[in-house]
Amino acid sequence: MSDFLLEIGLEEVPARMIAGAEAELGRRVSDLLQRERLLAVDTKVGAKVTTYSTPRRLAVLAEGVLAKQADTEEQLTGPSWKVAFKDGAPTPAAQAFAKKAGVAVGDLKKVETPKGEYAGAAAKRAGRTANEILAAELPKEVLSIYWAKNMYWQSPAGHKSSGGDPVRSGKPERFVRPVRWVVALLDRSVVPLSVAGIAAGSASRGHRVLWGEKPVAIPAACAYKEALRGAFVVVDVAERRQIIRKALDATTRTVPGARWREDEPLVETVTHLTEWPTVILGNFDLEYLALPEEVLVTVMRDHQKYFAVENAEGKLAPHFLAVLNTEVDAQGAAIIRHGNERVLRARFKDARFFWDVDQKTPLVARVESLQHVTFQKELGSYYWKTEENLRVARNLASLVKAKGTSFDEVALVKAVELAKTDLTAELVKEFTELQGIIGGLYARAQGLGEHVALAIYEQYTPASTEDEIPASVEGQLLGIADRIQTIVAMFGIGNAPTGSKDPFALRRAANAIVKILAESQLPLTLGDVIDASADATDHVPSHPGGKDKSAARMGHPASPKRAQVEEFLRERLHFYLKDVRGFAYDVVNAVLAAGADDVRDAIARAQSLTTARGSEDFVAVSAAFKRIKNILRQAEEKGFVHGNWVNVKGPEAKNLRSAILSLADEVARRREQRKYAEALALIATLRPTVDAFFDKVMVLDPDEEIRGANLALIAGVFSNFSTIADFSEMVAG
Amino acid sequence: MPQAQPAPRVNPTSLTFQDLLFRLQAFWAERGCVIQQPYDVEVGAGTMCPETFLRVLGPKPHRVGYAQPSRRPADGRYGENPNRLFKHTQFQLVLKPPPANVQELYLESLEAMGIGLKHHDLKFEEDNWEWPAGGAWGVGWQVMLDGLEITQFTYFQQCGGLDLDPISAELTYGMERIAQFLQDVDSIYDIVWARDPQTGAAVTYGDVRLAEELQFSVYNFEMADVPRLWEHFNSYEAEAQVLLEKAGKLLNDEDAAQKEKRRFPLLPTYELALKCSNLFNILDARGAISVTERVGVIGRIRALAVGAAKAWAEQQTE
Repeated sequence: MSDFLLEIGLEEVPARMIAGAEAELGRRVSDLLQRERLLAVDTKVGAKVTTYSTPRRLAVLAEGVLAKQADTEEQLTGPSWKVAFKDGAPTPAAQAFAKKAGVAVGDLKKVETPKGEYAGAAAKRAGRTANEILAAELPKEVLSIYWAKNMYWQSPAGHKSSGGDPVRSGKPERFVRPVRWVVALLDRSVVPLSVAGIAAGSASRGHRVLWGEKPVAIPAACAYKEALRGAFVVVDVAERRQIIRKALDATTRTVPGARWREDEPLVETVTHLTEWPTVILGNFDLEYLALPEEVLVTVMRDHQKYFAVENAEGKLAPHFLAVLNTEVDAQGAAIIRHGNERVLRARFKDARFFWDVDQKTPLVARVESLQHVTFQKELGSYYWKTEENLRVARNLASLVKAKGTSFDEVALVKAVELAKTDLTAELVKEFTELQGIIGGLYARAQGLGEHVALAIYEQYTPASTEDEIPASVEGQLLGIADRIQTIVAMFGIGNAPTGSKDPFALRRAANAIVKILAESQLPLTLGDVIDASADATDHVPSHPGGKDKSAARMGHPASPKRAQVEEFLRERLHFYLKDVRGFAYDVVNAVLAAGADDVRDAIARAQSLTTARGSEDFVAVSAAFKRIKNILRQAEEKGFVHGNWVNVKGPEAKNLRSAILSLADEVARRREQRKYAEALALIATLRPTVDAFFDKVMVLDPDEEIRGANLALIAGVFSNFSTIADFSEMVAG
Repeated sequence: MPQAQPAPRVNPTSLTFQDLLFRLQAFWAERGCVIQQPYDVEVGAGTMCPETFLRVLGPKPHRVGYAQPSRRPADGRYGENPNRLFKHTQFQLVLKPPPANVQELYLESLEAMGIGLKHHDLKFEEDNWEWPAGGAWGVGWQVMLDGLEITQFTYFQQCGGLDLDPISAELTYGMERIAQFLQDVDSIYDIVWARDPQTGAAVTYGDVRLAEELQFSVYNFEMADVPRLWEHFNSYEAEAQVLLEKAGKLLNDEDAAQKEKRRFPLLPTYELALKCSNLFNILDARGAISVTERVGVIGRIRALAVGAAKAWAEQQTE
């Protein structure tokens, strides 16, 4: 058994793409070895596939690879025995068959088949060697790895082969970045493959600066990791991550009481930006702490990939941590720290300059200038958007108020009016990721009140499904109004997301609406949200340049546009329940089939159903509902009509009828009170009655009256007890 | 508390701004590049010079380097911001096709400027480049040295809306940043541009360029005459359009002599497009281009630039 190593040497791969590609390479190699029967699955040693990556390489090590596929034997059937042998002597037909099967004529055997006696042969297929298979198959696998953005580096048409080989005469390979070397080893010998025109060898490359240009010899596949460690490259991603975390801890300890701000995504990024990570601590002048923390952290994290440091009280401290891709002595560290500090100082200075400039024009004086900021060219400016948001927010506000939720309505209106004005601020132009947050900070600094400031500040949260929702009712309403306005207006001009394309991030917007409704106390349903926006969309953009204004109208509640938006939000609710909350797909389907308008109610029903589904009675009841649905469908196909259930015959049917009558009101009342667990427990008590009914009663009785009564009866079960969830959607087990 | 760091002497014998340019030019000249003088028409980036924009088209190998003053009127700060300029200096290098060791060559060029990589932290971070008005884009990196972006490294994929064959690698060195870094100064204006070898007296970046930064900021933001700028724009555009139309007819005419096609002035046509691009930038800095106009005007420039590029590519095949 052997170890197989593949390393693809690349120019620096974008950090954000490495993890996915590394996993995909591991999967592809593993699948290939399995498919080609090259993995020693049945031995005690077993097979193991490990992947590695750095910015300059993707690698995979497969242990327990067979040198060769096992030989196989295939039973072939040829001409009939009579045709193959005349008087015991082989005919040309027998000879041809033997040749095709690769056996001697004498090895042909008589086989009995239902059609008579035939000539048979056991054809041997010699297993191919791992070397052969990997050389032939692996390059395709590597080049099929998905990258968000590919490039050419060789001449796109320069591959024209003179030999007329059709496969190679087309374009050269595209890949995320140029392939510069390839290592492919089965134990100690090179596998003769080539990727994107680069022939594999046994020489890798080390850290650009610490090791330099000389090759790194990989003596054997299993020695890969250690050989590269010797060349200042840690190929194991988890190990690099650990090194970075430890170094961050250790470096922070040099400042008493300090802690580095945990930042998982940033740890990932710097892990994929380094081959030999070390950490230095840098400082900045105390005076910059007067700037808002959000600005300082954004500059450090997003622009410089530095970790922020906080003091024992959790307040930002005037330090930062930079993860380096090198190792230097104290003098080198001083030089690098000095350089990083200068860059940060310049950026902080800029930020302070912009902050000061921005204060000369308060937010309230910026509303008019939104006329010059385009929201969407077919719809209008952010001035238009603000007017629309106001209308939607007012609608939402009156609904919420009518249902008894109290909040600061004046602050809400002010916040909506000013929400987008920070788009004209210099600081936002510099740090676009801080839009909203800057607006909120300015509102606070300009004395517009905490409710206004907070609502503006939080308007873009949640930015993802993991993010928190706005804390204030004003912020929640602003966030919903802004997003539903965008969704409805975009759908109106035909910009609904399709497949994987969602250029306006409308799914994210809808996810946020669902999340806010789910995790706040707002008394709003998805339908309410759409209603609030509906009349707004009848106000078509007044902005010149908008075309086909009528397309933006949502018009009547029953219009196809509205149905489209409803369906879209329902899909997002489905996503939320299943992927964010982790409910089983059948629970989600069952719950949404019984109503998808009230988000928090759907969650409560899903929770109860998830708890109830384990009980045996409940499984049986679910099966019965599936049966009921099937029978009702059959009956409908055959044109059977429902009769009156008073006409049912026999004790089982009558028992079921009484059970419905006695339980229906109880269940309905509990549903009303949202006591779903109790309601479901009551429904589960139907089990013996339903089981007995299906045991003894043929629903589709030949007698039309009985059949009609039976159908009415089971339809009654379905309609009375499917109001919490459609149990027929449940999957057993 | 931040401790007072002893300011490390990064480079005790700091090279002057002009030394850095000399070194880079010599480095690349020794590696077979033609060293060109800066292009004498206003451009927003070295990429827009015909030495890059047009020469990356077509099959002919090409290696060129030049220091290009690049104008971004809206970035002007009246000489008051220590890190921002209306006009900065890009050292622009094009390698067509790129050699397999292009990154290693680049690192050597840093060493040639006195950047001892052993004492610094270097990273290639993803950064793709795009110039929509030129129908041009590529993928590559920003090269970070101790947290400072010093170079844009791009593999061109398309230019003038045309797929490139062969691919070109473009390296754009930000010379002011590199000088600030090596000379360890906080303000661009303190960069030593030149030093008198006899007296040791320094001439600073501020001495050389501050007046230009101030006066062009005043012009671009306050005094540029908007109607007249539009007149210029329209007139350059009209001339370019006439030329492009003639070029189209001539290049499609199978009976036309090859010699006639070759002498058709497409380089001047492209220069007219560059004029329009610069005028657009001034109008933009002046706040004279509304949002609704913006896309349209960029489209007009694109028509000229892409039109010239396509005609040029065709002319080269004649």
